[in-house]
Amino acid sequence: MTTTTEHTFTYADLPRLMGLMTGDEKHGPAATSTLDALWVLYDRVLRVTPARADAPDRDRFLLSKGHGPMAYYAVLAAKGFLPVDWLEGFGAYDSPLGHHPDRVLVPGAEIGSGSLGHGLPLAVGTALGLRARGLTDPSVWVLVGDAELDEGSNHEAIAYAGPAGLDRLHTLVIDNASASFARPGGIAARFEAAGWSAVTVDGRDHEALYAAFTAPHAGRPHVVVARVEAKEFAGEPKSA
Amino acid sequence: MDTMRDRFAPVMTRLLDEDPRVAVVLAEIGKDGFKEAMRAHPDRVINVGIREQLLVGAGAGLALAGLRPVVHTFASFLVERPFEQIKLDFGHQDVGGVLVSAAASFDWPEGGFTHMSPGDVALLDTLDDWTVHVPGHPDEAEALLRHGVGAGDDKVYVRLSVQANASPMPVDGARFLTVREGRRGVVVAVGPMLEQVLAATEGLDVTVLYATTVRPFDAVGLRRAVGGGAADVVLVEPYLAGTSTAAANDALVEVPHRVLGLGVGRRELRRYGRLDEHVRAHGLDAGSLRGRIEGFLG
Repeated sequence: MTTTTEHTFTYADLPRLMGLMTGDEKHGPAATSTLDALWVLYDRVLRVTPARADAPDRDRFLLSKGHGPMAYYAVLAAKGFLPVDWLEGFGAYDSPLGHHPDRVLVPGAEIGSGSLGHGLPLAVGTALGLRARGLTDPSVWVLVGDAELDEGSNHEAIAYAGPAGLDRLHTLVIDNASASFARPGGIAARFEAAGWSAVTVDGRDHEALYAAFTAPHAGRPHVVVARVEAKEFAGEPKSA
Repeated sequence: MDTMRDRFAPVMTRLLDEDPRVAVVLAEIGKDGFKEAMRAHPDRVINVGIREQLLVGAGAGLALAGLRPVVHTFASFLVERPFEQIKLDFGHQDVGGVLVSAAASFDWPEGGFTHMSPGDVALLDTLDDWTVHVPGHPDEAEALLRHGVGAGDDKVYVRLSVQANASPMPVDGARFLTVREGRRGVVVAVGPMLEQVLAATEGLDVTVLYATTVRPFDAVGLRRAVGGGAADVVLVEPYLAGTSTAAANDALVEVPHRVLGLGVGRRELRRYGRLDEHVRAHGLDAGSLRGRIEGFLG
């Protein structure tokens, strides 16, 4: 729970906040694939608040998968980074909230995204920069989609960050099985091969997410693969 | 004479000592010059391996964390290969940095087309708000490197080349310099082209301007050189021919004018050999330039 000047929001408020953008409070799994992981991060893990949104030693969250940002905007609104009354303008010409977020326009957004494969390299640079400034405490988190990992730029970042020992770097992979060509377990295996600490969890289980997010990973960057319903089965139970 | 690139690591090593905001990012290329700096500043001299998307993306990430990144590799791998990273990770994220390239248009002719980047400045022209420095001498390179690193959070490109003039000129990181004055036209020589241009225009009644900062384009300087009447302007650039023609046209929109844009041709030569052979093949040697300039001025 958090308190803003107007209202206190909980996880239960998020569908209504998303509804302000979509005109519908019922959302299929595709629209909410990131919702639980985002909520647990912002509610329990990230040490960043609207008042400290520019503090040098804040934790950073970089949304790399910028498609479908309604859940992200809903969480930022619930946590007081942006006014709830912005949500209704979603996508309009004079709205700061586009279908891909722009850090220049959205309070609390660390990066603008939309083109896939940019967040992880930016997160690597951010982690390097914080270390160079002697800020060894803040965590850097970046959220990518499983299909986004098709982009080769991610693999440049993954292959570098492990051997470089960037232990303040964390990647959250939302795995809704949307990559056309993938092997079971392939995501965690690739990170592990590059020297990362890796945990795969149920992306709807808040306690499991929290445990994965806070698992120790001394000397190594950390990836959490959060598995959610497969994209092609949106709205239906997953069969396997 | 040493090369511009020979100055890069020593200058950056001093800037790393002087300014805790400065960080250097490399992708293997050029790392040998930074051995001492890597020991002194292990967190601010970063080699990411042969990974140019990461090179630029991580450079921009350093800027997001409050540093002044200086990102270096050959122009083809710095500007062309990770171009979207330049567009989005610096431009769209609204952060600054200094990109320092080597190898230029054909610094290593034996290396062939894969290591030639005549289109780098034209590509950056599709983006907003990049300062582009094209030094013509190692001393100028040193001055413009310092100028670029010290330019706040500006986005700056510094184009180093082994092509160079024998003597340095004073450079201020902004304006064109009047080297010669005449009445029949204005020839703008960019960076390493100055010596060939001066030889080509020997005895011609033309003004020669020397440009080492080409973006923003010194429109005021060109207008002043042209005077109030009709203008004939020749641009001689060490990268793609015509790269600055639109900028010159815009500068002269109020006066009748003609612009001849000379530079490196688009056509792939598929030749190796020596630098001077490529200069000649693109018509940028003094003899070829004189014929083309005289033909244009009539």
